[in-house]
Amino acid sequence: MSQADEILNVLSLRASFPTYQGKVKAVNNINFSINKGEIVALVGESGSGKSVTALSIMGLNAPTIKYEKNSLISYKGQDLLTMKKKKLKKIRGNEISMIFQDPLSSLNPLQPIGRQIAEPIQLHQGKSFFSAKERVVQLLRMVGIPAPEKRLQDYPHQLSGGMRQRVMIAMALACNPTLLIADEPTTALDVTIQAQILNVLRELQKDTGISILLITHDLGVVAEMADRVLVMYSGEIVEEGDVFTIFKSPRHPYTQGLLNSVPKLKGAGEDRLKAIPGVVPNPLNLPEGCNFYSRCSYSSEKCSAAAPPITDSAQNQRFACWHPLEKKVNQFV
Amino acid sequence: MFFRFLLRRIFYVIPMLLITTLIVFSLILLIPGDPALALLGDNATAEKLAALRAQLGLDQPIIMQYWHWLTNAIQGDLGRSLFTGEYVSDAVFTRLGVTFQVVAMAMIFSFAFGLLFAITSVIKPNSWMDYIARFFGVLGTAIPNFWLAMILVVLFSVHLGWLPATGFTSISDHPVDFMKSVLLPSFCLGSFGAAQITRQLRSSLIEVLESDYIRTAYSKGLLLWQVIWKHGLRNALLPVVTTAGLLFGNMLGATVVIESVFAIPGMGQLAVHSILQRDFPMLQGVVLIMVLMILIINFITDVIYGVLDPRIEFE
Amino acid sequence: MRFKVMMRRLYYERLAFLSLIYLLLLILLSIIAPFIVPFDPEAQDLNNIMAAPNSHHWFGTDELGRDIFTRILLGGQAAIQAGLIGIMIPLLVGVPLGVISGYMGGIVDDIFMRVVDAILSFPAILLALAITGALGVSLWNAMIAIGIIFTPQFARLARGQTLQVRREPYVEAAKISGSGPFWIMVRHIFPNIASPIIVQASFSFSLAILVEASLSFLGMGAQSPQISWGGMLHQAYSMIFVNPLMMLFPGIAILLSVLAGNFLGDGLRIAIDPRMKRT
Repeated sequence: MSQADEILNVLSLRASFPTYQGKVKAVNNINFSINKGEIVALVGESGSGKSVTALSIMGLNAPTIKYEKNSLISYKGQDLLTMKKKKLKKIRGNEISMIFQDPLSSLNPLQPIGRQIAEPIQLHQGKSFFSAKERVVQLLRMVGIPAPEKRLQDYPHQLSGGMRQRVMIAMALACNPTLLIADEPTTALDVTIQAQILNVLRELQKDTGISILLITHDLGVVAEMADRVLVMYSGEIVEEGDVFTIFKSPRHPYTQGLLNSVPKLKGAGEDRLKAIPGVVPNPLNLPEGCNFYSRCSYSSEKCSAAAPPITDSAQNQRFACWHPLEKKVNQFV
Repeated sequence: MFFRFLLRRIFYVIPMLLITTLIVFSLILLIPGDPALALLGDNATAEKLAALRAQLGLDQPIIMQYWHWLTNAIQGDLGRSLFTGEYVSDAVFTRLGVTFQVVAMAMIFSFAFGLLFAITSVIKPNSWMDYIARFFGVLGTAIPNFWLAMILVVLFSVHLGWLPATGFTSISDHPVDFMKSVLLPSFCLGSFGAAQITRQLRSSLIEVLESDYIRTAYSKGLLLWQVIWKHGLRNALLPVVTTAGLLFGNMLGATVVIESVFAIPGMGQLAVHSILQRDFPMLQGVVLIMVLMILIINFITDVIYGVLDPRIEFE
Repeated sequence: MRFKVMMRRLYYERLAFLSLIYLLLLILLSIIAPFIVPFDPEAQDLNNIMAAPNSHHWFGTDELGRDIFTRILLGGQAAIQAGLIGIMIPLLVGVPLGVISGYMGGIVDDIFMRVVDAILSFPAILLALAITGALGVSLWNAMIAIGIIFTPQFARLARGQTLQVRREPYVEAAKISGSGPFWIMVRHIFPNIASPIIVQASFSFSLAILVEASLSFLGMGAQSPQISWGGMLHQAYSMIFVNPLMMLFPGIAILLSVLAGNFLGDGLRIAIDPRMKRT
C-alpha cells in the first residue's frame, strides 16, 4: 500500500492507568495503520486492550488513562493525542465516528432519535434541525429502517435492538466520516440481528468507501467482514495479516488457539472445542518475556527470558513469536 | 392516551383526599376529655358549652360529624373562628396569597442555588467550588432554619440595616418592598431545599455523566458544556422533579416557623396562632388547605414527570 | 448483615464514627448533667446579665443572668429524649405495622399504604404542631407528636423491605416447614430488614431533634422552667436587638447534633452497602 492511502497510523501507543496496586499497562507498544476503504478487525479477549486502543483514537478514554511520551496516533498527518480540544472536536463525529456495543444505553433515552441523528449534522455543518431533517431521513433509509419519516419522533425504548443499532450507525455516518470505529457492534444483539447489522455495515462500506476499525472478540464476525486482522493479547499486537492468511495459516500459537476455540460444523466426534489453557497474565505483573508464555504449548526457556521480536513474513503477515507455527493449511476456511 | 393518564392520576387523588380530610377532621378527636370544655377552658358556662357543642356538631355520632364537616367544606364553608368569629375560609384565603408568594420565592432560591452549585461542582470535581457545594449541601440540611433566620436578621437588619427584620409587603402593592421583605424569609425557607437539590442533582449528574449515551455525545464532537446542557441536565433533573414536589410540602410546613420569626401574616403564622388560641375550626381549615395544595402539587409533578420521561407509558 | 461487621466498617467512615461518639457522649452528658452542671439553671446572677463568654460563665449568661453553659447541658436532655422517643414510637408501632402489611399483602396492604401515603402528604412539622395543639401544649406531647409523624415513613420502609424478603428462599422454606406467620416475621423477616431501618432511625433521630427545637422555639414544646435548646433560641430571639450573642450556643448545639445524626446515617448506609460510597 502506498503512503497516500494511509488514513490512520498508530505508532508505539502505550497507555496505562494507576490502581491502588500499581500501574496497569492497558496498551503496550502497539503499531498499526488503517488504509482508505479498508476494514481492519482488532481481535482479542476482553481485557486485551482493544477497547482502550479504540477509545484513544477518539480521545474518549477515562481521564485516568495516561499515554506514554512517544505514543502517536496520526490521522492525516496530525497527532490526535496531543491535538487541542477545539480541533479534535472538529474531527470527532465529523471525520472519525464511533458506534458502541450496547445501542440502548448508548442512545439518550429522553431524546427522539431524529434529534440525536441530526445533532452531529447541526454541530459540524451548522445546520438547523429543520434543514438537517432531510439528511436524517436519508440516513435512516440507508441503514434500512422502513418508513423513516415516521420514525423521527420515536424514542430509543420504542425500537428493537437491531433498529437501535441501525440508528447508531446512521448517527455515526451522519457527516460522511472517513473512519468508523465499531466497538463490538453486534455483541449485544441476537444472532439473526447480528447478521443483518453486519450486512448493513458491509453495504455501507461498499457504497461510501469508508474505512472501518472493527473491534470484536468474535472470529465469525472477522471472517465475514475484515480485510485485515490484528490479534491483540495482553495489550500487545501478537499477529497481523490479511484475513485469508491469518485464518489459513496463523503463525502465532495464540491466534491458533483462538481459531481452535471456534466451533466448526465439520465432523462431530473427536473434534471437540479446544479452549486455551490457563488465564490471561495479571496486567499488574506482566512476565518478563512473552506474555503468552505460561499458556503456550510451544514455549521454551527463551520465551520466558525475552519478549519475542516482531517478524515480518512474506504475504504481509507479521507476528511476535520465538517459535512460530509452520505455514500450513488450516481446515477452517 | 394522555387524557387517560390524567384521569387515572385524578382517580388516585380522590381516595387520598378522603383519607387526608378524615385525618384533618379527626384531629379534634385527639383532644383529651370533652373537646368543648378543653376549647373554652374551665370557667365556661353550661350554655356556652352547649352552644359550642352544637356549633361543632359534637352531640352527633362521629361519622355524621365528619360527613357534615366534609359536605360543608366542599361547599367552601369551613366554619367560623372560635376566637374572632370570622369565616375560616376568608381568613385562610387572604393568607394563602402571602404564603404562596414566600414559598414561590423560596422555591426559586432553591433551584437557582441548587443548579448553580450542582453544575459547577460536577464540572470541576474536587475543586474549591465542589467543596463549597458539598459543604452547603451538608450544612443546609442540618441547620435549623429559624436559627439561620436569626443570624441573617442580626447581620442584614441589625448591623447593616439593609433589610427589614419583620413584616411583609405583597408584590402587588410594592414590588421593591416585596423583594426586600421576602428576601430573608424565602432564603431561610429555601436553604434546606437548595441543599437538597444540590446533593441530589450533583449525584444524579455524576451518574448521568458516566452513562454510555454521554460517551456517545462526546463521540459526536460535543464539548463538556454542550454535553451537560444538551444531554446531561435534562436527564439528571428527572429525579429532581419528584424532589421538588416533596420540597414544596416541606416548605409549606416550614412556613409555620419562618412566618413566626419574620412576623409574616401567612398560613403558617395563622396555624400557630390558632393552636395557641385553641381555635380548632381555624386550625382544621389551615391544615386542610395546606394539604390540598400539596396534593395538587404532587399531581402536577406526577404529570410533569410523565411528560418529561417518554419511557412512562400513558396507557 | 451482622452487627459486628457493620460496626467495623463504620469505624473506617471516620466522620460517621466521630458522630456516633459525639451522640453517645451527648446521651451520657444528658443523663449525668444534673449532677455535674456548675450552676443552678434557674439561679439568677443579676449583677452579671448577658455576660459574654468568660472563664466563670463559659458560654456567658442570659438576660436574667442564668448560666448558658449549664442550660445547654440540661437542654440536651430534651433533645435526646425527643430523638429517642421520635424513633422509638415508629420502631415499636410503624415497623411492625409495615411488616404485617407487607407480609399479608392484598387489600389490607392496599388500604394501609393509601393511609400511609395520605399521612405522608402532610407537612411533617405542621402535623406535629396540630397534634401537639390537640393533645395540649407540652414538651411531652410534642415528643409524642414527633413520634407519630415519623411512624408512616418507617411503616413504608419496613413494608417495602418485607416485600423483598418475603420471596427469599429461607422464608419459603420456613413456610413449608410449617412455621406460623408470627414466627416467620419475628425470626426471619425482622432480622433481615433491620439494616435500612437502622439507617432511617439515625436520620430520624436528628430530624426529631430539629423538630423538637422548632416546636419549642414556637412555644409549642418545652414550657418554662423546662429547658430546651429551641426554647433558649426563642428567648434569644426576643433579645436579638440587645444581645445577639445569646443565640450562638443553643444554635450550635442543635446544628452539631443534627449533623451528627445525618453523618451517622450516611456512614451506616455505606457500612451496610459499600457501593453507596460513590454518591
